[in-house]
Amino acid sequence: MVLELGQIPIKDIDWGRKTFLENNVLHINREELIEKARGDDSRIASVRADIAKPGESVRIIPVKDVIEPRVKVEGRGGMFPGLISGVETVGEGRTHVLRGCAVVTAGQIVGFQEGLIDMSGPGARYSFFSKLLNVVLSMDVKDGLSRHEHEEALRLAGLRAAVYLGEAGRSAKPDHLERFETRPSLKTKGSGSDLPGVVYLYMLLSQGLLHDTYLYGQDMKNVLPTLIMPTEVMDGAVVSGNCVSACDKNTTYHHQNNPVIHELFKRNGIDLRFLGTVVANCNVTLQDKLRSAEYAAKLVLLLGADGAVITKEGFGNPDADAMMYCAGLEGKGIRTVMITDEFAGVDGASQSLADTTPQADAVVSTGNANERITLPPMEKVIGDIRVVEKIAGGQSGSFSEEGITVELQTITGATNELGFELLSARGE
Amino acid sequence: MAEKMKAVLYLNQFFGQIGAEDKADTQPLIKTGPVGPGILFQELLGPEAEITATVVCGDNYFAEHMEEATETVLAIIRDCSPDLVLAGPAFNAGRYGIACGAVCAAVTSRLGIPAVTGMFPENPGVELYRKTVYIVETKGTTAGMRDAAGKMSRLALKLAKGESIGFPAEEGYLPRGLRRNYFARETGAARAITMLLRKLKGEPFLTEYPMPVFDRVAPLPPVERMNEVTLAFITSGGIVPRGNPDRIESSSASRYGKYDISALQQLTAESHETAHGGYDPTYANEDPNRVLPLDVVRDLEREGKIGRLHPYYYATVGNGTSVARAGQFAREIAQDLKSSGVQAVIITST
Repeated sequence: MVLELGQIPIKDIDWGRKTFLENNVLHINREELIEKARGDDSRIASVRADIAKPGESVRIIPVKDVIEPRVKVEGRGGMFPGLISGVETVGEGRTHVLRGCAVVTAGQIVGFQEGLIDMSGPGARYSFFSKLLNVVLSMDVKDGLSRHEHEEALRLAGLRAAVYLGEAGRSAKPDHLERFETRPSLKTKGSGSDLPGVVYLYMLLSQGLLHDTYLYGQDMKNVLPTLIMPTEVMDGAVVSGNCVSACDKNTTYHHQNNPVIHELFKRNGIDLRFLGTVVANCNVTLQDKLRSAEYAAKLVLLLGADGAVITKEGFGNPDADAMMYCAGLEGKGIRTVMITDEFAGVDGASQSLADTTPQADAVVSTGNANERITLPPMEKVIGDIRVVEKIAGGQSGSFSEEGITVELQTITGATNELGFELLSARGE
Repeated sequence: MAEKMKAVLYLNQFFGQIGAEDKADTQPLIKTGPVGPGILFQELLGPEAEITATVVCGDNYFAEHMEEATETVLAIIRDCSPDLVLAGPAFNAGRYGIACGAVCAAVTSRLGIPAVTGMFPENPGVELYRKTVYIVETKGTTAGMRDAAGKMSRLALKLAKGESIGFPAEEGYLPRGLRRNYFARETGAARAITMLLRKLKGEPFLTEYPMPVFDRVAPLPPVERMNEVTLAFITSGGIVPRGNPDRIESSSASRYGKYDISALQQLTAESHETAHGGYDPTYANEDPNRVLPLDVVRDLEREGKIGRLHPYYYATVGNGTSVARAGQFAREIAQDLKSSGVQAVIITST
């Protein structure tokens, strides 16, 4: 089973009379984009589209999701199965990627839980999204809509916009092709290789109440941990529906470009055998947590793993899930490494996690999200800067002449727990 | 050329060339210029700083009169108005290490002057002062003098000049137990797989976050006669009077609030709301009793099942709030509750 990703580098984007690609420049018909994003969703009251480029004095706040425009060129199914396309299995054939640009959805849903992206200045160093050509959709919904409907309306509009832009790359000639092959691992046992077998345990936040992730459109809190072909996520099989602290929520873009999956493919057959990916959830009740931890550990064992990488989403309550997954696997003799961020306090003096297990002896830290940063004022704000005193990581008195002083928590993707960024923390 | 910085050195009776153990009761005194290892420090500090004075105190005197000795030494140092202070190095000498740590801690926190000392990792002074003082790692004996003095001088000059301080391994000081961010060379994902392969091969690997050891609180015996106790409410679910008068942060809270509920039979969407940023507030805002069940407890009070409800409740936001800070809130709230005669508490989270 092979998926090829045809990479089409996007060097610039601008508004144009029609939406098409020309010499690696994406021209976008603004009105049509807005119309496509809105679709026939009567819940959406207004959509505004802006372009934000790296290096510009622009702050996007509050950010809901980030999505990479892609298009399925060959093979079954389409982008974002179960939500935008049908439910045919994706992950095979060829997909074109508009590399270097993204759709960013903005708009206040819960008030506390959306983050910011700075396109220049010190904050830009902390988010991969600051380096992208962003098409920002600021959306409002009709009065009286519940938050859950509000979230869904924005989530789907963002996906539709990304699909619309992705179409522009359908007939383009990719700069290069990346090839990802998955072999049925239960069949290839005894392949003669003495390389260690590694499974990826992919925790998806599924606490409900706007902390949700969707697999083929299915709400993950109602799913037992299950197997997924790693290329399926590249075709948008996993979609974020999260309104949670910005620094360590996995946006749809993070899922599409999951760095652990890419690294495991890169080293497959060289110094490890990539045996498979288990998507697991992260629910709220103790019984749900235990059930999922037990079930996931069993699946990883059945795949014949020697070791596993565990990634996280969120903090606090999900620390407990991560520790259960870790202890469950180690208890079965499967060696683990866990990727997590830290909440060690503004001064870095506190312990960083809400739960621990002595078996978590190999941890990769993606940084202390409580560390403060001062972000200078930007010439242009897309969205509404006033929410900064309320969002997670901000505080009353965040504003001063020098700009806003906030915790890294507020920056979208800053301490991503898929290991997307370079940020880490160490003892001093 | 910039004016030369002034440095003061703190030594014990032995290094301060007063005498051996028989002089360990010597009270703090000042000598002009560098003494003993001060000569080496002066050479290493170079032209940028001059050791103008050395403060000497006997180890026993310091250990037996810690507060008094610290005050006297601090007063002498203050009069010298130095730009930086060096103490020791104490190597593995316990009393000397504690004295160096105490002097540096006082100088840093009360005079705001950078101070550096040096100790062997097993010196008891390390455990006491590593969190507040820069302690350069030294060998167990004076054989490590030159190396220690070199690192101490370099670090002290950097601090005095306000330069940024590198990580322990780069600068040679003992980790202070603080977490600080930096940009690694590879992504977290790449580092994770490299670490896993090392672990699988049985090769040494370094976790980036050693698991902390949590406090465990032994539960008290159950309350026997609930109908006689005064019960109080505490919540980390962020329920505050509408408008959030204390501006409790939605995450990483720096404060908690104490609110009067003596006149209320229940909370309402008009009277209260949540300030918490870690969960969907829809249902808490619709009916705040869902997080802080005042309505039910008032029923219990009427039915005589509890003695009475304390007139105040305490609220903060648990979302991303560091454990150290939460512990501090807890100690303050517990003190307040005890002094009000509260015997039982219901703590609600989210």
